[in-house]
Amino acid sequence: MTSALSKIYFFLIGLFLALPLIVVAGVSVNAKQTLAFPPKGFSPSWYGEIFLNPEWRNALLASLTLAILSAALAVAIALPLAWFLWRRIAPWANIFQLLGVAPFTLPPVITALGLLTFWATTGFYGQPWTAVVSHAIFFVTLPLVTLSLGFTAIDRSLVEAAATMGADDRTIFRTVVLPLILPYIVSGYAFAFVLSLNEYIVAYMTVGFIIETLPIKIFNALRYGYTPTMASVTILFVVTAAVIFSLVARFGDLPKLLGAMSSDGK
Amino acid sequence: MSGLALNSVTKEFGTFTAVNNVELTVPHGTFVCMLGPSGCGKTTLLRMIAGLDLPTGGGIRLDGEDITRVPTHKRNLGMVFQSLALFPHLTVGENIAYPLRIRSAPKEDQKKRVDELLSMVHLSGYADRPVSKLSGGQRQRVAIARALAISPKLFLLDEPLSALDAKLREAMQVELRQLQQQLGITTIVVTHDQREAMTMADTVVVMNGGEIRQAASPIEIYRRPADTFVADFIGSTNLLEAEADGTGRVSVLGQPVAGISLGPNVRKATLSIRPEDVHLTAPGNGALSGTVTFVRDLGGTIETFVDVAGHQVVAVSTPRARPDVSVGQPVGVVLLPDVCVVLAK
Amino acid sequence: MRREAPHRLADYGPLFFPAMMLIVFFVVPFATMIAVSFFQRQQGGFYVPAFELANYQRFLSLFFANVLGFSLMLAIAVAVCCVVLAVPFTYLLTRMARKVQVVWLVALLSVLSLSEVIIGFAWSTLFSRTAGITNLLVMAGLMSEAKALLPSFGAVLTGMVYQAFPYTVLVLYPALVRLDPTLTEAARTLGASPVKAFFTVVVPALRNTITATLIMVFIFALGSYLLPQILGRPQHWTLSVLITDQAIYQSNMPFAAAMAVFLVLVTLGLVALTVIAGRKGEAA
Repeated sequence: MTSALSKIYFFLIGLFLALPLIVVAGVSVNAKQTLAFPPKGFSPSWYGEIFLNPEWRNALLASLTLAILSAALAVAIALPLAWFLWRRIAPWANIFQLLGVAPFTLPPVITALGLLTFWATTGFYGQPWTAVVSHAIFFVTLPLVTLSLGFTAIDRSLVEAAATMGADDRTIFRTVVLPLILPYIVSGYAFAFVLSLNEYIVAYMTVGFIIETLPIKIFNALRYGYTPTMASVTILFVVTAAVIFSLVARFGDLPKLLGAMSSDGK
Repeated sequence: MSGLALNSVTKEFGTFTAVNNVELTVPHGTFVCMLGPSGCGKTTLLRMIAGLDLPTGGGIRLDGEDITRVPTHKRNLGMVFQSLALFPHLTVGENIAYPLRIRSAPKEDQKKRVDELLSMVHLSGYADRPVSKLSGGQRQRVAIARALAISPKLFLLDEPLSALDAKLREAMQVELRQLQQQLGITTIVVTHDQREAMTMADTVVVMNGGEIRQAASPIEIYRRPADTFVADFIGSTNLLEAEADGTGRVSVLGQPVAGISLGPNVRKATLSIRPEDVHLTAPGNGALSGTVTFVRDLGGTIETFVDVAGHQVVAVSTPRARPDVSVGQPVGVVLLPDVCVVLAK
Repeated sequence: MRREAPHRLADYGPLFFPAMMLIVFFVVPFATMIAVSFFQRQQGGFYVPAFELANYQRFLSLFFANVLGFSLMLAIAVAVCCVVLAVPFTYLLTRMARKVQVVWLVALLSVLSLSEVIIGFAWSTLFSRTAGITNLLVMAGLMSEAKALLPSFGAVLTGMVYQAFPYTVLVLYPALVRLDPTLTEAARTLGASPVKAFFTVVVPALRNTITATLIMVFIFALGSYLLPQILGRPQHWTLSVLITDQAIYQSNMPFAAAMAVFLVLVTLGLVALTVIAGRKGEAA
C-alpha cells in the first residue's frame, strides 16, 4: 500500500481509538458539574475529587487493593504451574494449562456467574477476599501465558550447566531460572494488575453489593446521575494503563511478549 | 546501450553508508556475481536494482532507461530470494503462474508457460503439488522457474543456494550457469561463497565496506587482485611485507630477493603469492630462509607451514611434488617474480 | 536439562497449589453453575436444590429466539467489522519500525484494558446531545443543531467494535509479525503492486489465521454484557446482558445459570461447526 494511504488509514484508526477519550478528557475539565463538550470553563478540580471525596477515594483504594492482591495471587498460581509444565514431561498436566486459559477466553459473564453461584452456595458470598480469589482465577491466564513464553525462552543447557556445578532443583530454580524469568513475572503481574483494576462484572457479581470498586462506582454513577468525576477517573485509568504498559515496553520486549502471547494462549 | 548501468549509486541509512558511490556496467547477457563478506552492501545493492530499496544518491539505468524510481512491480524483473519466498498457499504451478496471473495472461497461456518452465527446471508433472511437499533442491528450482516466468530482462538472485547442502549446491551452480547461457539473460547473483562466484560468473564484483574493490573475470580476480583485501578474500594467499632501498633492491621480510620490482619510487609494498606458487628448496641459493613448523597432509594436497622471520608462509603442493621436509627442518622459500603480485600498502 | 516424567510424589509439588486453586475456584464453580441451572427459584432471590428443566423450557419462546438471533448477528457483525479493519492495520503495523510498533501496542493494550463500563461511558458521552461529536459538527457548520446519536444499533455496533478492535489486532499480531516479509517483496518483483500483493499473497496466506481470528472475536463480542445496555434500546440486548440482568437485578439465579450454560453450548457448538467446515474446505 502506498505510504500516504496507509498514513491516512493509521490516522483514522488512531482517531477512532482516541476520540471517545478526547471527549471524556474534555468533559473532565468542565468548570461546573455539567456534561458538556467542548468544556465550558476549565477546572482540574474533578481530578482532586477522586482523592478528596471519601466515596471515590474508598473506591480507588478498594480497586487498588483488589488489583495488587489478585494479580499477586494470579502470579502465585501461574508460576509453579508454568515451571512444572516446562520442567516435567507430563502431557496430562496440560489440562491445567487449558483450565488456566479458559476463564479469560469464555464470555466473562459465565466466569462471573459461576463464581457468584459458588460463593453463594458455600456461604462466603460478599466476603472481600472472595473478590481477590475471583479476580486471580479470572486473570490467571495473563501471567500463565507470559510465563509459559518466558520458560520456552530459557536455554535448557543453562540448567544443565548449573546441575553439573552441583545445584539441585530448588537451587537451580532460585539462582538460574528465577532471575531469567523475572521480566516475564513482572509483565504478567502488570497485565493482571491493569485488567483487575478495570474489571467490572466479576467484581460486581461477587462483592458488588458490599464493596464499590472504581468501575462499579462509575457504573452506579452512570445509572444514578452524572458527575464529571466519572470522566476524570476514566482518564486516570487510561493514563495508568498507558504508563504501566510503557514501563513493560521500556524494560521488556513488548512485541516479543505479544508476538507469542496469543499464539501460546490459544 | 543495452544492459544495466549503475551510476554513483549510494545508500545511506542515517549516518551509516551501506553502499558508497558504486559505478558498474553490466552488458546484456552477462552473468555477474557480487561477492563480499556479510555487511559489505552487496544485498542492499541488489535490492536497489530490484527497487525494493531506493538509493539515496545516484541512478540506475536498464537498457538506457532510468529506472531509479520505478516501483518494483513495474520493472519486469525476476528475483530469487534467499528464503525463496515461495507462496505457501499456492501449489507449484500456481506459484510459477503468479506473475502471469498478475498480468492477466489468458489461462491457457499460463498453463502452457508453466509446463515449459517446469520441464526447463526438470520438474515436469509437479504442477499440482503443494510447495511444502518439495525438497530443498526442488523448491529452489520452483523459485527459479517462477522468477523466469515472464522472461525478464534482468534476473536477480540473493544468496540463492545458501540453504542447500554442499553437493547439491555445486550441482545447482553448474545448472544455473547453463540455464543462464541457454537463455542469454542478464543475471546478477549475490553470494558470499567464492567457489560459487568462480563457478558461475563472467564478472566477479568484490565488495567491501559498501564499495566495489574490483570487478573483473574470475581468473583475473584470482591472478591479479587489485588490493590486499581482494587478494586475501579470494582464495588463500601469503601477504608478505616488502621494502625497496634507494637503489631499487628489494627485500622481503628483511631478506634480499632478486628479480622483483615494487615499481618506480615505491619504498614499501605488500607481495601476494598464492600457496601453490610457493616453492620450497634447500636453504640458501637466494631463497628466503625459514623453518618448517607444521605439515598438514590432506591426501590430495600437502600444506607446509614455514616460519620466515616470525611470519608464517604457507606452501601447497600435490603429493607428486611432495617436498621432502619435516618439522623443525630449515628450508628455503622461493618467490618466483612472475607469480608475485605487488600490492600498494 | 533432561526433562523427565515426574516419578516421586515430591516431583508433583509445584503442581499442588495451582491445580487446587483452578479446580476449587474454576471447575467447581462452573459445575455449581450448571447445577444451579436445574434448581428451583424461590422468592427473595435464593434457590433450592431441585431438578427441573423449567429454566431451559423458557428458551422455547419467540422472545428468546429473537434475543439469541440478535446476539449472534451482532457478534458476527462485530467480528467481521473488526477483522476487516484490523487485518490491513496489523499488517501495516508489523512492517513499521519496532519503536513505532511499541507505541501503537501500548495504545492498543491501554484501550483493551478499559472496562466495558468506561467504554460505555465514553461512547455514551461521545454520542450524547450535550457533549457529543455532533457539537463538533455544529461548530464546523456541518450541522444545524446537536443531537443524540444513541440509543441506537449503530451506537451499539460502534462501541463493540471499539472494544474488540484492539483484541483483534493483538490476536492477529503474532501471525502477521512472523509472516515472511520476502513473500510480499517476491510478489512485487513478480509484478504485483503493493495493494495487489496484499490481496493475492498476504490475505490468502493467512486464510486460516483470519478464520480463527473471526471465531475468537465472535466469542469476545458475545461476551459483551454492558455496551448493548448502555448504548442500545432493550431490543438490542444480548444474551450476556440478559444473563447479567437476571442474575443481578431480577435475582433469578437458576434462570441466569441456565442461560449461561446455553451460551457456553451455543459458543462451543458454533466453534465446532466452523472448525469442521474449515476442515472440509481444506480437504476439498
